[in-house]
Amino acid sequence: MDNLIEVSELRKSFGPLVAVDGVSLQIKRGEVLGFLGPNGAGKSTTMKMITGFIAPTGGSVRICGHDVASDPIAAKSRIGYLPEGAPAYGEMSVAGFLEFIADIRSLAGETRTRRIREVVEKIHLEQVLPQTIETLSKGFKRRVGLAQAILHDPEVLILDEPTDGLDPNQKHEVRTLIGEMAPHKAIIVSTHILEEVDALCTRTAIIARGRLLFTGTPAELEARSRYHNAVTLTVARVQAEAVAAGLGALPAVADVEAADVDAARRRLTVIPREGQPILELVQQTGRTSGWALEELYVESGHLDEVFRTITTTAGPAGEVTRT
Amino acid sequence: MSRMGTLFRREFRGYFATPVAYVFIVIFLFLTGLFTFYVGGFYERGQADLEPFFRYHPWLYMLLIPAISMRLWSEERKSGTLELLMTLPVSLFEAVLGKFLAAWAFTAIALVLTFPIWITANYLGNPDNTVIAAGYLGSLLMAGGFLAIGACISALTKNQVIAFVVSFVICFAFNLSGFPLVLDFFRGWAPQAIVDVIGSFSFLTHFTSIQKGVIDLRDLIYFTTLIAFWLYANMLAIDAKKSS
Repeated sequence: MDNLIEVSELRKSFGPLVAVDGVSLQIKRGEVLGFLGPNGAGKSTTMKMITGFIAPTGGSVRICGHDVASDPIAAKSRIGYLPEGAPAYGEMSVAGFLEFIADIRSLAGETRTRRIREVVEKIHLEQVLPQTIETLSKGFKRRVGLAQAILHDPEVLILDEPTDGLDPNQKHEVRTLIGEMAPHKAIIVSTHILEEVDALCTRTAIIARGRLLFTGTPAELEARSRYHNAVTLTVARVQAEAVAAGLGALPAVADVEAADVDAARRRLTVIPREGQPILELVQQTGRTSGWALEELYVESGHLDEVFRTITTTAGPAGEVTRT
Repeated sequence: MSRMGTLFRREFRGYFATPVAYVFIVIFLFLTGLFTFYVGGFYERGQADLEPFFRYHPWLYMLLIPAISMRLWSEERKSGTLELLMTLPVSLFEAVLGKFLAAWAFTAIALVLTFPIWITANYLGNPDNTVIAAGYLGSLLMAGGFLAIGACISALTKNQVIAFVVSFVICFAFNLSGFPLVLDFFRGWAPQAIVDVIGSFSFLTHFTSIQKGVIDLRDLIYFTTLIAFWLYANMLAIDAKKSS
């Protein structure tokens, strides 16, 4: 079986409001799809349909070959899902909750004990096991939600903002954990933290106003940035104007942006035309003109800028005709 | 079905994880005692039976059952655990039935704990214990009916207070529909058939006949279909309200 997750032409409308409009995705084992989009773009709604919580208005979802609509139990037993906000039964203890999930996931006997122990170790829940969930901190609640999702070692993992509300250390831990599991599973992670995409995902999908606007690798996404392959350097303030003018005059350079570093130095970002590599060109020009260029480095692209461009400019015209 | 058992156990233990269970049981026992001995005139009647005990059950349930049922689904919806539950490999039917049965089992425990009243009657006289058993059966069935109504209403709202009040009103209507007050109102102008239908919807009518020791198949069918109907409506309500 090639695609563990197969989403085709998924649609959901609430009355006149179209929340998800024709989203198609295929995700193979070993892939981590970063699902990006502004708030209210339809990320959560799409995930709720993939996991079978809400029924789509149109289209279909297959999990490991099982149709979520016609064979929900088979599909759901292959999914681990962390819903938005990591809901759990507050009055239960962490241990009791995980045992409940194990039972309902039909884990029994030795497997049940082993899986609970493994997951508790992996997510570091030992110290809170007897505590009731409502008394836990936000970070621990999120971890309990994650533990619940991976308890049955599912082939498909759907995580709705798994690092939301965590501190930087916890975020790092969760990312490491997802990275470790990635080779054996098909994973969808929704987020609006762009650094996460670079750190975690093999592929990204951007959704806005219910439509899938981009799918590709994080590198492809970065390549769309006007800063892709741009060269940033630091130069003495007295030389700054001359350097900016000199580099800006090169045919391969589209623009030069300047900003202050401190009283004595300025930072210039040289933006190439059509993303072509210009590092050598900049270095050469520097040498021949006798400029003292410091801290040269190549930018891979600004994800937040690409994200903004994609999600704010695409298709208002299409929107109008649809309603 | 083992998954339903798992849900049932989780839900059932949940009652005892919070003070809800203890408060409910204490108040239920206190009120049944109060009504039986002071309002119902258990001693003054000079009869060894539990009629004054059972007589007030429809009215107690009307008030107390919605307090049990109000959190069944509205809490799941409010806290977001409904999404967790419905994405686990359980069917909606298993979830609805499992939660309902847990609540029903809990009320059964409260009912069983009224046994001192039964012992009192047996100590003081020689009551017909088969009639008393029938009374308990009828009471349990009626509690199930009220619970099924409450469960369905609870699925319609995230707000437990609304769930309580609406369930209370519907339970009240189901009680009242057998009362002369209501029936006389219809008797003036509606054909007898309609009056009979309205009367036959009443919990009171069916409970009273069971409680007298007459276990009529029609009364059993009434309560089971009523429960089935409201649980089915419960499933529809969850399906319709899930996404909001």
